[in-house]
Amino acid sequence: MRGRLVLALVLAGLIALPLVLSPYRVLLMLPFMAYGVILLGLNLLFGYTGLVSFGHALFVGIGAYAAATLTSHAGVRSLEVILLVAAVVGALAAALVGALCVRYVKIYFGMLTLAFGMVFYTFLLKFYRVTGGDEGMPVLRPLLLGLNLDGMSKTAFLVGPYYYYCLGVLVLAAAVMWRIVHSPFGLCLRTIRDNPTKAEALGVSVTRYRWYAFVISAVFAAVGGALLGPPTGNVDPTLAYWTHSGNLVFMVLLGGFASFFGPVLGAFVFIFLQDTVMSVVPYWRLVFGAILAAIVIFAPGGLMGFLGRPRPS
Amino acid sequence: MSANLVSILMGGVFHAAILFLVSAGLQLVFGVQKIFNLACGSFYALGAYMGVSAVAVFVAWGGPPGLFILPLIVAGLLAGAVGLVVERGLLRFVYDRDETFQLLLTFAIVLMMEDAIRLTWGTAPQSTAGYYLRYGQARVLGAVVPVYNLIVIAASVAIAAGLGYMLTRTAFGRIIRAAADNREMAEALGVDMRSVYARVFTLGAALGTLGGALVIPATAAMSEMGIELIVEAFAVVVIGGLGSMRGALVGALIVGVLRAVAISVYPELEMLLIYLIVIAVLLLRPRGLFGGAAA
Repeated sequence: MRGRLVLALVLAGLIALPLVLSPYRVLLMLPFMAYGVILLGLNLLFGYTGLVSFGHALFVGIGAYAAATLTSHAGVRSLEVILLVAAVVGALAAALVGALCVRYVKIYFGMLTLAFGMVFYTFLLKFYRVTGGDEGMPVLRPLLLGLNLDGMSKTAFLVGPYYYYCLGVLVLAAAVMWRIVHSPFGLCLRTIRDNPTKAEALGVSVTRYRWYAFVISAVFAAVGGALLGPPTGNVDPTLAYWTHSGNLVFMVLLGGFASFFGPVLGAFVFIFLQDTVMSVVPYWRLVFGAILAAIVIFAPGGLMGFLGRPRPS
Repeated sequence: MSANLVSILMGGVFHAAILFLVSAGLQLVFGVQKIFNLACGSFYALGAYMGVSAVAVFVAWGGPPGLFILPLIVAGLLAGAVGLVVERGLLRFVYDRDETFQLLLTFAIVLMMEDAIRLTWGTAPQSTAGYYLRYGQARVLGAVVPVYNLIVIAASVAIAAGLGYMLTRTAFGRIIRAAADNREMAEALGVDMRSVYARVFTLGAALGTLGGALVIPATAAMSEMGIELIVEAFAVVVIGGLGSMRGALVGALIVGVLRAVAISVYPELEMLLIYLIVIAVLLLRPRGLFGGAAA
């Protein structure tokens, strides 16, 4: 009951936010919501299935470049279509990559996903004619629910309709993920995480379920990735670089991988703290590296760990 | 053989010599401590910057420019002390944790060191331009190769031999191999693992910083060079097999030479080819060419 109350308050706060915050802060909320979607997916793999991907930026990149290609080259500007295409392409890529990766666990899984991520990064960087190389590709303003909002100023569009659209996607993503992790399927994933041998003995096909989790998490990453492009109007290959994958895992850990909403909180704190630190000194990595080290050593439960939330079971 | 091909191959072998040093550090640490140290690329970058500064100081104090390789080596080895700081200050707290957390801690070190380098040396690339060809050029099978490259290749081979000797013939090497094999047993037999871990990690770091210092006359030091090199070193150890020194040597040669050939034949392919090989190795033979049983 208390949890629902907190959730309702947070949601009401998010809805009211553009009315109270300065446009600058509201603009910062956009990447937060995109990362929220991405990390909800990543945590299905990390927190619930026990697999750490160091190449998840691959799927973020796929989503972002799907949005760029569709708006700039294919003339498709409907955001619903873009998200759908991003999800499908992300799922197809993940079905292939995942089929090869899920046979391995721990460090080998991490290395294999990292290698696939770097293949895509190198492709984006080197095949200049298709991808725009290191300059990336422009993302045109999408149509929201079929509405052409080109008449609005860029800021008005982003802090208004686009903000609420992203919020809607985040809420939808959270609802879907909530259903997934609280379904029998989610229970199987947790069993696989805690005791793969026993899961197998109980008739759960461990590699198949890991593969499902991999594909689902990639769909979330691709959808979130597609939302990242429109605010900046550009996507570039660093979205798929391995350090970006590392930052994603960082955000999950920061918020707390053992809690459903931990990763979303992690995205929020990461984005706003990064902005605050960068307004003081340009060396945000130094500060964030120290924070990450402190979390790993002293508080592996992340911020949610301080709130005393037990691991979802 | 055409001179052009020889020159490409020699460039690749030079790169392989550097890659071997960094990868050997990665392998040593993984073999003994079971930690995949993402920060080995950052150690490499630190060594490079220390090398640039050391050469500048050396020349400013009136050292004969012809001996610039001496400050490079000294700086490279001294910079290895960062390993001791990192091991005692951070890593030793997570030895009993899941390897995910160990990996993330080394990622934290990557983030911190990248900015620590920017903070110390600024964002502009630093180089020791003008020293690279100081030792002249030699003709190798018709190709013109900077003598400095040959010196680095020779140094790398000597270090490989020295590491091999240390691991197989000395008491410390036996302890390292025992610790890599069975930590509990080694500890039960009276090996002080605290000191072994500290020494192994420092040695691993010093190999990385030395690699960075030695590469510097041939290229400029940039703050991103660490995160770029780690993915190459990563390819080396996967192809060669995690934890194997022989694997690091062969893997470095494969990656170094293939990359050089790919760049000259079809530049778009460059690292793409290497990653595809890495994926193939991981799928077909996850323990690599020389690795032990894979998890």
